[in-house]
Amino acid sequence: MSGATERPDLVVEPTIFELSSPGRRGYSFPPLDVPPVDPVEIFGEDQVRGEAPDFPELTEPEVVRHFTRLAEMNHHVDRGFYPLGSCTMKYNPKVNEDVAQLPGFTRLHPEADEAHSQGALALMHNLATHLAAISGMDEVSLQPPAGASGELAGMLIVRAYHTDRGNPRSKVIVPDSAHGTNPASLTLAGYEAVEIKSDSSGRVDVDELRRIVDSETAAIMITNPNTLGVFESRIAEIIEIVHGVGGLVYMDGANLNALLGIVRPGEIGFDLMHFNLHKTFSSPHGGGGPGSGPIGVTSKLVDYLPYPVIARDEARSRGVEYYPDYERPKSIGKVHGVYGNFLVMVKAYAYILTLGPGGLRRVAENALLNANYLQRKLEGHYELPFKGYCQHEFVLSASRQKEYGVKALDVAKRLLDFGVHAPTVYFPLIVSEALMIEPTETESKRSLDHFIRVMIDIARESESNPEIVTGAPSRTPVSRLDEVRASKDLDVSWRRR
Amino acid sequence: MSTQDLRFTQSHEWLKMEGAEALIGLTDYAQGELGDIVFVELPAVGTHVDAGDVLTTVESVKSVSEIYAPVAGEVMDVNVALDDNPDLINSAPYAEGWMVRLRVDDASSVDSLMTADDYEEHTKG
Repeated sequence: MSGATERPDLVVEPTIFELSSPGRRGYSFPPLDVPPVDPVEIFGEDQVRGEAPDFPELTEPEVVRHFTRLAEMNHHVDRGFYPLGSCTMKYNPKVNEDVAQLPGFTRLHPEADEAHSQGALALMHNLATHLAAISGMDEVSLQPPAGASGELAGMLIVRAYHTDRGNPRSKVIVPDSAHGTNPASLTLAGYEAVEIKSDSSGRVDVDELRRIVDSETAAIMITNPNTLGVFESRIAEIIEIVHGVGGLVYMDGANLNALLGIVRPGEIGFDLMHFNLHKTFSSPHGGGGPGSGPIGVTSKLVDYLPYPVIARDEARSRGVEYYPDYERPKSIGKVHGVYGNFLVMVKAYAYILTLGPGGLRRVAENALLNANYLQRKLEGHYELPFKGYCQHEFVLSASRQKEYGVKALDVAKRLLDFGVHAPTVYFPLIVSEALMIEPTETESKRSLDHFIRVMIDIARESESNPEIVTGAPSRTPVSRLDEVRASKDLDVSWRRR
Repeated sequence: MSTQDLRFTQSHEWLKMEGAEALIGLTDYAQGELGDIVFVELPAVGTHVDAGDVLTTVESVKSVSEIYAPVAGEVMDVNVALDDNPDLINSAPYAEGWMVRLRVDDASSVDSLMTADDYEEHTKG
C-alpha cells in the first residue's frame, strides 16, 4: 500500500505480478480435441481483445506459497486474539465449515426446483424459526445479506407500516452512541434522523426522549446493549414512550451476543430487529463479507417482511412441504438476489444446533464474564468513562496516556506488535480516545491474561517510553501506514512499469 | 496567530467578522482531536443556513464530523483549496484552512458566541 515504510529486516511479499516469469505454467491443457474456432468470426472484431491480458505466469507451488505467505502476514481469529468491539469476532467452529461444504449445499443452484431443494428450504425455514424463538419475534425473513441491509429492510418495513395507516411519518430517533449505519439506513428509507443524547451513565436520556417524540416519530432505533457495552436498563420506559406516540421500536441486533438465552427482545416490547449471523452466530466475517442480516418482526409487521419467507405447509403437495412464499402483497419486496447468502445461513444453523438453548445461554454468560474480567483488570491502567458492570464489551479511553502524547490509535498499533488485533478505536464517538474492547466467549482465561499483560505493558511504556508506542508497530511486515495517503490516493491496482 | 478577534462555538467552529461577512473554520483544538483531515464537503455558494444547520462535513482518518453554522446567513464563498488540500485545516486552521465565507443575516447574532477566553475555558473542561 502507498506510504508503507519498507522494513529491511523483514521480507515484504512482492505482488503476484512481480513474481511472474514469462512462459511459466501451473497447468498444461491437453491437446484440443475439437476444431479450433476463431473468436473474431463468432463475436466480431470489436468484441475481441487485440492482445492477451497481462496475467501473472507462475507454477502451482509458487502460487500456493505466495498466498500462504500472505495468509501468514495477515491477522485473523485463527491466529490470535481479536478484541474488535461491536464486531463480535468470535471463533468460527470448523464443523460449521464442514457442513457448509456439503456438496448438496454448495452444488445446489438457487433456481433449482422446489421439489429438488427441500433440504435447503427446510434448513432456511428451521433457521428462521430458531431465530424467532431466540428473539421473541413472530416471523423472520432471511433475505438481507448484511447487518446494514437488515436495518434498511427494517426501516422500509416501518415506512410500509405507517404508510398503511395513512402517514409514513418523517422522523426516526437514534442515540448518539449508535452505529453509523443506523442514521444511514433510516436516511436511505426516506426518514430524517433525530439524535438523542446519552445521559451520564451512557444510556438514552429518557426525559429528553419524552420531550422529542411526537406524531411524526416513525420509530426509534436502539442497540441493546448499546455500543458502550451498557444495557439500556430503562428500555421498558423507552418502548412505552415511543409506542405512546404510535411509533415503532427497532432493535439493532449487533450486540445480541450479550442477550442469547437470557433476554428475548420481542418479550420486552421491541417490534422488529435484525440479526447478524456473521457476528452472533459465528459465521466468519471481516474483509467485506459475506454477511447475513435476517430481519425479524412481531405479528403486526409480518405482512411487510421482505419476501420470499421460507414457509412450511405439510398439506401443500407431496414432496414440497417447504417453499419460498411470495404470496405477500404488502411485502417490501426482495432486498437481495434469490434467498440471501445461503451458506452463511448453513453455518449459523449448524452453530445453533450444536449449542442448543443451554449452550447459547452459556455463550452470553461467558461473553459477559470475559468482558467484565478484562474491564476490571484494566480499569486501573486506562480511564473507564462509564463505570459499573459491562455487558459483552466495554469502552476504555486513552485519555491518561494522551498526557504523554500517546493516543488511542498508538495503543492500537502497539498491540499489533504483541500479536493482538487492534480494538475498535474512536468509536463510539461520545468517548474521546475510545478503545472499544469485546473479547467474546471463545477466549480462554490464558488468552485474556495475555491481553491484560500486554495492555498494562503498553500503559507503562506510554509513560516511560512513549516513542516506542507512537512509533509502533515495529514487529509487523510493514510499520505504520500513511492513513491520509491511503484514503486520499487509494490505489489498489498494480500496473507494470 | 492571535485568536483574540475571533468568536467561537461550543461545537468548535470559529468565526471572524470582516464587515458584514464572516469567515468560518474549525478550531485548532478540534483539528487536533480529529486528526489528519482527508476530505471536506463544502456547501454550494448561495445556500442560506440557519444557526446550527450543517454547513460542511469534514472527514478525518478517525471519523466524519459535521460542522455547524455558528450564525444564520448566506454562503458567499467557499475555500476551494480544501478540495485538493484538506490538510490546510490541520496546518493552518485559522488562516488558509478557513472553510466558508458567510454574509451574516444579523450582526448582533455574533455577540452571543464565545470569546477566545471563553473558548479556551470550554476546551479545558
